[in-house]
Amino acid sequence: MIKLTSALACALLLANITPLPTQAAERPSDPLASPRWGDMEKGILSGATYVFDARVKVEAPDTAENPLNVPITIDATGLSDVKEILVFADFNPILEILRFYPDAAPAYLGFRVKLQQSTPVRAAVRTGDGVWHIGGTLVNTVGGGCTAPSMGATSPEWQKRLNEVTTRTWNEGPMSGRLRMRIIHPMDTGLIPGIPPFHIESVVLSDEAGRPLARLEVSQPVSENPVFTLNRGSTTGTLNARGRDNNGNTFNVRIPQ
Amino acid sequence: MRRFISIVVACLSCHAWAADADYHLTPLAVADGVYAFVGEQADFNPSNGGNIVNTGFIVGTEGVIVIDTGPSRQYGEQMRAAIARITPKPIALVINTHHHPDHFLGNQAFADTPIGALAGTRKGITTEGDAFAENLFRLTGSWMSGTELKAPDQILQAGPLKAGGRSLILLAMKGHTDADLAVFDADSATLFAGDLVFNLRAPTTPHAHLEHWKDTLRALDAFMTTQRVRVLVPGHGPIARNAAPIAWTRDWLTWLDTSLREAAADGLDMNETLTRPLPEVYRNIPVAGAEYRRSVGHLFPAAEAGALQPNN
Repeated sequence: MIKLTSALACALLLANITPLPTQAAERPSDPLASPRWGDMEKGILSGATYVFDARVKVEAPDTAENPLNVPITIDATGLSDVKEILVFADFNPILEILRFYPDAAPAYLGFRVKLQQSTPVRAAVRTGDGVWHIGGTLVNTVGGGCTAPSMGATSPEWQKRLNEVTTRTWNEGPMSGRLRMRIIHPMDTGLIPGIPPFHIESVVLSDEAGRPLARLEVSQPVSENPVFTLNRGSTTGTLNARGRDNNGNTFNVRIPQ
Repeated sequence: MRRFISIVVACLSCHAWAADADYHLTPLAVADGVYAFVGEQADFNPSNGGNIVNTGFIVGTEGVIVIDTGPSRQYGEQMRAAIARITPKPIALVINTHHHPDHFLGNQAFADTPIGALAGTRKGITTEGDAFAENLFRLTGSWMSGTELKAPDQILQAGPLKAGGRSLILLAMKGHTDADLAVFDADSATLFAGDLVFNLRAPTTPHAHLEHWKDTLRALDAFMTTQRVRVLVPGHGPIARNAAPIAWTRDWLTWLDTSLREAAADGLDMNETLTRPLPEVYRNIPVAGAEYRRSVGHLFPAAEAGALQPNN
């Protein structure tokens, strides 16, 4: 019942807050009208220059049936010279979801995330000139019927198969260049009493010569057993994927083309 | 605390609070002494109060057998009142076909009678029932007021069962969940299939195992023939006098399974799989789009894992 109360209280809070008016003429106004945007601006972007930019596409279902597994696709390929993509959710208890550095890869990434409640999910894309370009979408997490998730129902699979990596690449057809990678990991947030944070921290993809293709800094909100969808762009040949979690467990695999 | 919760619930659902929480349950006679309450073909929402399910009852010589109790305490109470308008006989046994909330959250109205279910169903109700109830509160509002978990107190086994003076055959199966009970009334040749069978309504899959489910449908199909079943009451959707709903459910599951595997093999991610159009044949089926999207959430991760390959 306690859980129910707090969920309802949060819903009430959200319903009653009206978006703050745009504070100053030079500040761009948040297209998602989030009451948390002011905090995001300070806390996440640390006062850096930014613009809301429709070329940063963030795709997610309007309504997430399972808030533990919400698919997010970031496509910033409409921008050139992308250095870094920071993905965050205004109303998540852990704001930062991941940072993606598409060194030699297109600025495109798919993955899934855990959301605590309805929230904007945003991508801030830093280009070579230092400007952050912001795109985002609202995700409603009201569940569907029988689909109430059980927080404790995570699979014990990871105990035997921690950091096991499976992948596949597509070299022709409409998905040509696509790479998908799944890593077995519980991705514990540390927010559940008695279960410390335990999550993948970094993933680095590189080409045969060891040049980085793309790098990821991953935070706790990324879903259990993460699956990443990337595009290898013009990089051919075998790839290498290596990574580690916050407890120092590592993986290092070769991905044939 | 409880008082605070009710105030919050009331505020959240003022529109539903003002309306009368009357499910207008009308028993439909489907065979001699056998009745069904047929729910709306929709999602849970504040206007239907969760009445999207088919429940039923069988009047025996000594008492009444109730099959599933609906989504809320009020549904259960109104169901019991509707049964009492048909027969003065006491309730001999209540059966929960499986552990989904629209099938057992009316149990409170039958607290003074035996409530039976498969062991797996009882376990599911005990461990997941509260979360289901919370979710239904969010989705339907004040219809749920006063609803609390009442778990079955009797474990049922597969095989013949005499209850209320009526001869039943219980079929213990799985696929929709890990424990699904179908109830056959021999006298009227009526089969209550629970959510193993959906009719012209998209199946739900939060606990589904598609291979088990398809095997079960084959067994049910054979049972329909050998027992000369005359009336088939699906868990959701219109009542039938033939086995067509079994084929309908099987076809949906086969399409869903094939479609998700193909999407994963083609390299689609979950967002791309979610936005795939439904085949023509399912476009006008109630809640087909919503159930497909939910099923992608439930089943696509496994399909995807199956399409990826180990590395070293």
